[in-house]
Amino acid sequence: MTEAAVTPHQTAIDPAPVAPERDLLSKFDALIAERQALIDTGVRDPFAIVMEKVLSPTLAIIKGRETILLGTYNYMGMTFDPDVVAAGKAALDAFGSGTTGSRVLNGTYSPHKDCEEALKEFYGTDHAMVFSTGYQANLGIISTLAGKGEYIILDADSHASIYDGCGLGNAEVVRFRHNSVEDLDKRLGRLPKEPGKLVVLEGVYSMLGDIAPLPEMVAVAKKHGAMVLVDEAHGMGFFGPNGRGVYEEQGVADDVDFVVGTFSKSVGTVGGFCVSNHPKFDVMRLVCRPYVFTASLPPSVVATAATSIRKLRHAADKRAHLWQNSRRLHGGLKDLGFTLGTDTPQSAIIAVILHDQTQAVAMWQALLEQGLYVNMARPPATPAGMFLLRCSLCAEHTAEQVEQIIGMFDAAGRATGAIGSGT
Amino acid sequence: MTDRAQTFARVAEQIEPFNKKGVDVTDATTFQGDLEWDSLTVMDFVAAVEDTFDITITMNMQAEIETVGQLVDAVDKLQQG
Repeated sequence: MTEAAVTPHQTAIDPAPVAPERDLLSKFDALIAERQALIDTGVRDPFAIVMEKVLSPTLAIIKGRETILLGTYNYMGMTFDPDVVAAGKAALDAFGSGTTGSRVLNGTYSPHKDCEEALKEFYGTDHAMVFSTGYQANLGIISTLAGKGEYIILDADSHASIYDGCGLGNAEVVRFRHNSVEDLDKRLGRLPKEPGKLVVLEGVYSMLGDIAPLPEMVAVAKKHGAMVLVDEAHGMGFFGPNGRGVYEEQGVADDVDFVVGTFSKSVGTVGGFCVSNHPKFDVMRLVCRPYVFTASLPPSVVATAATSIRKLRHAADKRAHLWQNSRRLHGGLKDLGFTLGTDTPQSAIIAVILHDQTQAVAMWQALLEQGLYVNMARPPATPAGMFLLRCSLCAEHTAEQVEQIIGMFDAAGRATGAIGSGT
Repeated sequence: MTDRAQTFARVAEQIEPFNKKGVDVTDATTFQGDLEWDSLTVMDFVAAVEDTFDITITMNMQAEIETVGQLVDAVDKLQQG
């Protein structure tokens, strides 16, 4: 190859080279450098894991190694349930691979309506609306419910989809201190009386795995005339006698106006929903943009969801085993000397708080090398700038696996100095 | 002291406990650039200002406020309203 061939020819019609200050991606340079510095220390990239094979809800092959999964949201272990898989296959054969259309046009098939029926049975509500993801359910419901001149009052530790729902809409947004009933009361008290208000709460806060004091919070919201939405993404399946969520367990179902949830956790597939007894709820199908302007879920997905939801109603044994796993892991990690996100086991999420990013990544990698996958979480996803290893338990983890997991944490914690002498 | 000067003085008082770098506070001081506050500090500070003046500074308003001077003007406006 000659010199000329590798030299770009400059002609009059070539665009001028982009000046560095006009490169729109330059604003991410600090993050690119931070990530590169981390990778250069020789650790595996915690945000680039590939599962080569998935053997069960609790086991996968990662880089050729059999690995226990402790960082999924497969709480009820429904992903390989034979009835669920069979329902998906049957719908795939009968209805094809996708709808290629919006729910309000050509994208509602009988499996979509059946899935909404399954939700109404599960939640005992008059209405159910299925979205393409849980993120879109929050985005759509929150941005549409509260309009210009109205108020959304949300917990400071709310999930990104709740914040983004506020960002998409036109309402005034006020936040209160995480789980503080007093702060919620104070902030609601300062707002003008007339405009409509929506208080947005979560049953389980997913970063630390703590639950909300819903009876107190809902009472305060009602006192100030606000409507209440509870996101039960991490509570569905194993809180309450029917597995509806924290709001059912805490006995506030009658005072919660809207429940938002997802199919991508206990249900074991993908999709989102909102259920309500509000008599006018169905109008949301016409006015909610993230519902209208996107393609509906593939029929196989809603068929698996409907089957899974119907089975979850009667999964009391699985629920009991999941709680047993959560209590054992929490106690075991606490005894080893780890700092945890909650003093008591409150949900199926147990967050291990590490000192900094270096220690968190070292610990994460040491666990992976032993054959255990957990989630690493860092700011801005985490509250108070914390670096966390988040463990989420599954009803399909055996008691033996939980003991194995505790043993792996013991070894990794000592190897990285996260626990042991002097700490 | 004018009303605005009084508001400025009370806002400056609320800044002090969070002013770890000892920045000289003027109307032009920015919260992110000069005071180098992260989102958690901003939240605590905003709560303190709201309590002091018994007002609500919504997140929508906070997004528009970059300097101490802009905050003082916003507080004055909210108190009149």
